[in-house]
Amino acid sequence: MFGSFIKKSRAKSPWIIHFDCGSCNGCDIEVLACLTPLYDIERFGIINVGNPKHADVLLVTGTVNHRNKKVLKNIYDQMSEPKAVIAIGACGNTGGVFRECYNVVGGIDKVIPVDVYVPGCPAKPEAIIDGVVVGLGKFAQKVEEAK
Amino acid sequence: MDTLIFVVIGLVAGPLLGGFIAGLDRRVTAWFQSRQGPPIMQPFYDVAKLLGKEKMVVNQWQILCAWVYMIAAAVSVALFFAQSDLLLIFFVQAIGAVFLVMGAMAAKSPYSQVGAQRELMQILAYEPVLILVCVGFYMVTGSFSIEAIWQQDMPLLARMPLLYLALGYALTIKLRKSPFDFSTSHHGHQELVKGLLTEYSGPYLALIEIAHWYETVLVLGLCSLFWHTNVVWMAVLLIVTYMLEILVDNTMARMTWRWMLKRVWLIGMGLSVVNLIWLYTG
Ligand code: SF4
Repeated sequence: MFGSFIKKSRAKSPWIIHFDCGSCNGCDIEVLACLTPLYDIERFGIINVGNPKHADVLLVTGTVNHRNKKVLKNIYDQMSEPKAVIAIGACGNTGGVFRECYNVVGGIDKVIPVDVYVPGCPAKPEAIIDGVVVGLGKFAQKVEEAK
Repeated sequence: MDTLIFVVIGLVAGPLLGGFIAGLDRRVTAWFQSRQGPPIMQPFYDVAKLLGKEKMVVNQWQILCAWVYMIAAAVSVALFFAQSDLLLIFFVQAIGAVFLVMGAMAAKSPYSQVGAQRELMQILAYEPVLILVCVGFYMVTGSFSIEAIWQQDMPLLARMPLLYLALGYALTIKLRKSPFDFSTSHHGHQELVKGLLTEYSGPYLALIEIAHWYETVLVLGLCSLFWHTNVVWMAVLLIVTYMLEILVDNTMARMTWRWMLKRVWLIGMGLSVVNLIWLYTG
């Protein structure tokens, strides 16, 4: 019984950490907009914890470059299982308008596994919230498969 | 036999009540900020989720410290429900508080180190106030035991109003509310990420959260002793106190530890000492 309560709780308490991987700040502002009373993501139990060790979901905005790919990997490794990664915005998904730049590696999935891609330039807060909800479904599935 | 039943009630009701209060707190805070807020059950979901996460520790000390903190908090609540000695309860609680700091110190992360230093300052600020409140109980009832309080026929608030105000400071610090939430905050994060709790994660963070619920119940229990004669008034006193706490939390900025030491020692201890002198002469 307690096991099923834990499983149910996973979907009800996704703590997120937001990492700006070299975004133009457009997507970051939209991520932070989710926290405002208008969107109020705390309704779903989502908290922006800012600490990879406490987080369940990693939100990444912007492209990866050769400098910060190590940082991104490090943050990902510090998160404890089960965890999910959500790439936000055109840049996070594929590299967006910056993909041809000499210093850019590309989308987030070049460095760490991504579960959900949220499109948009910038991504809308509604889309980001949707992305987190889909991401939770995914990681519930991952936990099931791991057993 | 009765004592044993009370102890069991305390151990079971402690986290349930504490979690419920935490959920209510988040709801009311959201209401103040014209948001909808999470469900009342949210703290339980959070803790259950944390318990189900992978165990990751920086070193073995953290495991020990998280457990000792949890057990000390649980034992102090059990002792409280067993109508035991106030000083004993106070010391058991203090052991837990110190272990929490030790666990944070064991990790090399600067966030948890600075958080631990600040937590020590907080302990330094509220523990004397708690002791003075216990001394106040002693001056009125002639004993440190909680049983002696129940034999009084007048609410203690009438004789110890200033001590109650001083206890308010201790309550705010223990609940990790603004303006005293600088070692770690009960909100999402603060300037030290999560301060003291940065390095605790997964199940160990869950233990600390449960311990925090026990401590909340303990300090609120101490407040309830001020109006033991009537259950309705006791509830009113607790609700008003807690609502004031939430209001203060939402209207105050986070201050520095120097500010806290000055306020709590000058005003908090000042109020307590004046009250004690009044009890002594009266
Ligand atoms: S997707 Fe658009 S808004 Fe988002 S970081 Fe890239 S350029 Fe900026």
